[in-house]
Amino acid sequence: MVKTAIKRIYTFLIFLFLYSPIIVLIVFSFNSSKSRAHWTGFTFKWYVEMFKDQQIMTSLYYTITIALTASIIATIIGTIAAIGIHSMKKMPKAIMTNMTYLPVLNPDIVTGISLMILFILVKLPRGFFSMLLAHITFNLPYVILSVMPKLKQLDNQVYDAALDLGATPGYAFIKVVLPQIAPGIFTGFLLAMTMSIDDFVISFFTTGPGVSNLAITIYSMARKGVSPKINALLSLMFAGVILMLLVINNRMSRDNGRRGENVI
Amino acid sequence: MHEKIIRLVNVSKSFNGHQVLQDINLGISRNEFVTLLGPSGCGKTTTLRIIGGFEVSDIGDVIFEGKKINNLPPYKRKLNTVFQRYALFTHMDVYENIAFGLKIKKVEKKEIDKKVKEVLKLVNLTGYENRETGSLSGGQQQRIAIARALVNEPQVLLLDEPLGALDLKLRKDMQLELKRIQQSLGITFIYVTHDQEEALTMSDTIVVMKDGRIQQVGTPQDIYNEPINAFVADFIGESNIIDGVMVKDFYVEFAGGGFECVDKGFKANEEVDVVIRPEDIKLVPADQGMIEGVVESVIFKGVHYEMLINGRDMRWMVHSTTMEPVNTKVGMQVIPYDIHIMKKVRTE
Amino acid sequence: MKKRLLAYPYGLWIVIFTIIPLALIIFYSVFTTDATGIHFTLQHFKRVFEPIYLSVFLRSIKIAAVSTIVCLLLGYPMAMILAEKNLSKKSILVVLFVIPMWMNFLARTYAWMTLLEKNGLIATALGFFGVRLPSLLYTENAVILGMVYNFLPFMVLPIYSVLVKIDKAVLEAAEDLGAPPITVFKRVIFPLSLPGVSSGIIMVFMPALTTFVISRLLGGAHFTLIGNLIEQQFLTTRDWGFGAALSVVLMLMIMFSMSIALRYEKENEGGGLW
Repeated sequence: MVKTAIKRIYTFLIFLFLYSPIIVLIVFSFNSSKSRAHWTGFTFKWYVEMFKDQQIMTSLYYTITIALTASIIATIIGTIAAIGIHSMKKMPKAIMTNMTYLPVLNPDIVTGISLMILFILVKLPRGFFSMLLAHITFNLPYVILSVMPKLKQLDNQVYDAALDLGATPGYAFIKVVLPQIAPGIFTGFLLAMTMSIDDFVISFFTTGPGVSNLAITIYSMARKGVSPKINALLSLMFAGVILMLLVINNRMSRDNGRRGENVI
Repeated sequence: MHEKIIRLVNVSKSFNGHQVLQDINLGISRNEFVTLLGPSGCGKTTTLRIIGGFEVSDIGDVIFEGKKINNLPPYKRKLNTVFQRYALFTHMDVYENIAFGLKIKKVEKKEIDKKVKEVLKLVNLTGYENRETGSLSGGQQQRIAIARALVNEPQVLLLDEPLGALDLKLRKDMQLELKRIQQSLGITFIYVTHDQEEALTMSDTIVVMKDGRIQQVGTPQDIYNEPINAFVADFIGESNIIDGVMVKDFYVEFAGGGFECVDKGFKANEEVDVVIRPEDIKLVPADQGMIEGVVESVIFKGVHYEMLINGRDMRWMVHSTTMEPVNTKVGMQVIPYDIHIMKKVRTE
Repeated sequence: MKKRLLAYPYGLWIVIFTIIPLALIIFYSVFTTDATGIHFTLQHFKRVFEPIYLSVFLRSIKIAAVSTIVCLLLGYPMAMILAEKNLSKKSILVVLFVIPMWMNFLARTYAWMTLLEKNGLIATALGFFGVRLPSLLYTENAVILGMVYNFLPFMVLPIYSVLVKIDKAVLEAAEDLGAPPITVFKRVIFPLSLPGVSSGIIMVFMPALTTFVISRLLGGAHFTLIGNLIEQQFLTTRDWGFGAALSVVLMLMIMFSMSIALRYEKENEGGGLW
């Protein structure tokens, strides 16, 4: 009994630690003054004003366009690459896999700086496009590393069976292989999106004047005090994520339920 | 019956410098049930995959109805395959799985419905159209895999250890069922297995393979009764294999004695393998046998007892319907017809 | 047969955006350019070993190591608690554990500034009980707290994923053989969880060693870790050569610690970074 109590308290304290900054952020998005420490009264005004704030809306726009574009492109290139790597012989496969790990293991700051040097040297003006290229680069490994295990799981016989039944390689890929690796592709895409939206370090080094995502904007505001409008925006985004998780979870448990019945 | 539908001519294949098939020559007739039999790694599956078009032979030709099809991709070949692990499309239901090949051939929807229904009836799964493949048992999945191949009306069906994943009872049922389907459709089956009993039960012709070479081709009776060498004898049923010397025609020495036999045509004093089936050894009172021995162990196998008998420095396996207790002295008797003399297999 | 060609565009991408940029960093670390051309030099690396910079390295390693140890001490019991809960509750707790990561990392770190600053929430709350603390924000401890906060899930999740996979029968067997709970933990559970622990250590130690954001926000403008030093060379003092040399040393340190962990993981099999 004492043991469970200790465990409960411990769990509670850890979760308190994890959630307290988030609670603070959300609570102060409803604070009527700009103070980040003193509660002066309840208001919704930041939720309205954030939509009128040019800087916040621009960085939100860049965050979303870059994350979306970069993850879509990375998903396409990465899925195709994963199929290619999967059918390689042992040696080149090992080389490609290790090169794929490189940007994941390399410190973000080194990745960011090395790309910055590259862009400066080839005289690519730093801004939207350079940041997009950087995001695609660090997204690609996540897509490939999500798709590869699905390809490994895929029974090669299934592809052979489609050919055997008269399907051309292209038709067999679309009708048989793609549907089976789709969950991996989707996971890769989601991971890439998450990484992109959250990224600060690499964006910081590869962007140029006038183009900043939310993370960069928060960083530049941090010393003087972050506007409660940002709190409002982040709280809204956070609520959106949780809502999405609930929907996905709901649907998955329903699917599982249905599949469960069939198995029996 | 003697028109060959498929011929393999001098087919060889190697993977990464390892020779998997060496100079395979084989003709398969229409309506024949042919089994490629051998231990794992003998090249039987590779042979099947070359016929199916999933591998291309390094040298040699694959001839289908008189035409070379060496480089024809699988989707252009008029044969279908039942895969070892079924290879069902798990994201489609039973109907969609079976209709897959027909849809590619742009068969009319009504016609597809009809054919799917017929083939499901053939494999005894009428009414299973809308089931998810994941909800079926192993045996049912196997039937769907067979139905999916058969619905395309291939002239030849390739089966790669299709019953390997099923339990014993189900496997026996499916063996009979496959034989029934093959006979009622009148098409050629090429069947790969490592299970000698399965091969003996179903086949018209058995092709025994080892180390990428064909050892013997023949009817189940031929292969069982007249194995060409000690490997085949041992692989098809259990055997006692003894080193011997063929002193002259019709006379062989082994296990410290000289015995009469029915074989001839060996060199004088040639070293040979002597093969005796366990069920061909008769137990007699100790002093009346050709060889004397002591019973070392007895196992009851249902139909017979399997006894290991120590005699003349070796262990003899004997199958008998009567049992002698352990440590009894017994005599063993074999008639000359059951002493099989074989050339030594060169071990490479 | 030709499927492997599909990997080529990606191969080209890696070469242009990963290999060449890294090669450039190495190039700048050992070559200087002036009017007379390109010269090989080791001066940048010599500078790295000057006492003031060496002390930055040592401080970074110390802070990363302390954060990693704190994460391990806090995270291991948490992973055990998560792993033993019954199934439905477990998945909810694990999801709850991951959710904070969906809030922007900078925003969460910024929120800690709010909590820690002189008139911040923690100081106010403690003041209420009559406790007066020296400034919490802009201290080494604040930086460590920020790291533990941000990287704790990276320690808990790998350990958790190894712990849940341990076959209950193994634990029962140990008990059956007469081992009391503490022995079961010491001799069975902990050794089996080591692959997860080693992944966790890598996944916390590496970002802790290389971050420059947490130290900047919670440590203040003068709190310098390797990451801050590198950032300064490229964005403030514009000494690319020295910055590149620092980056190369940082990469070597990461590679070194990775290779130790990977060798360890190979011996133990399983776990893995993923």
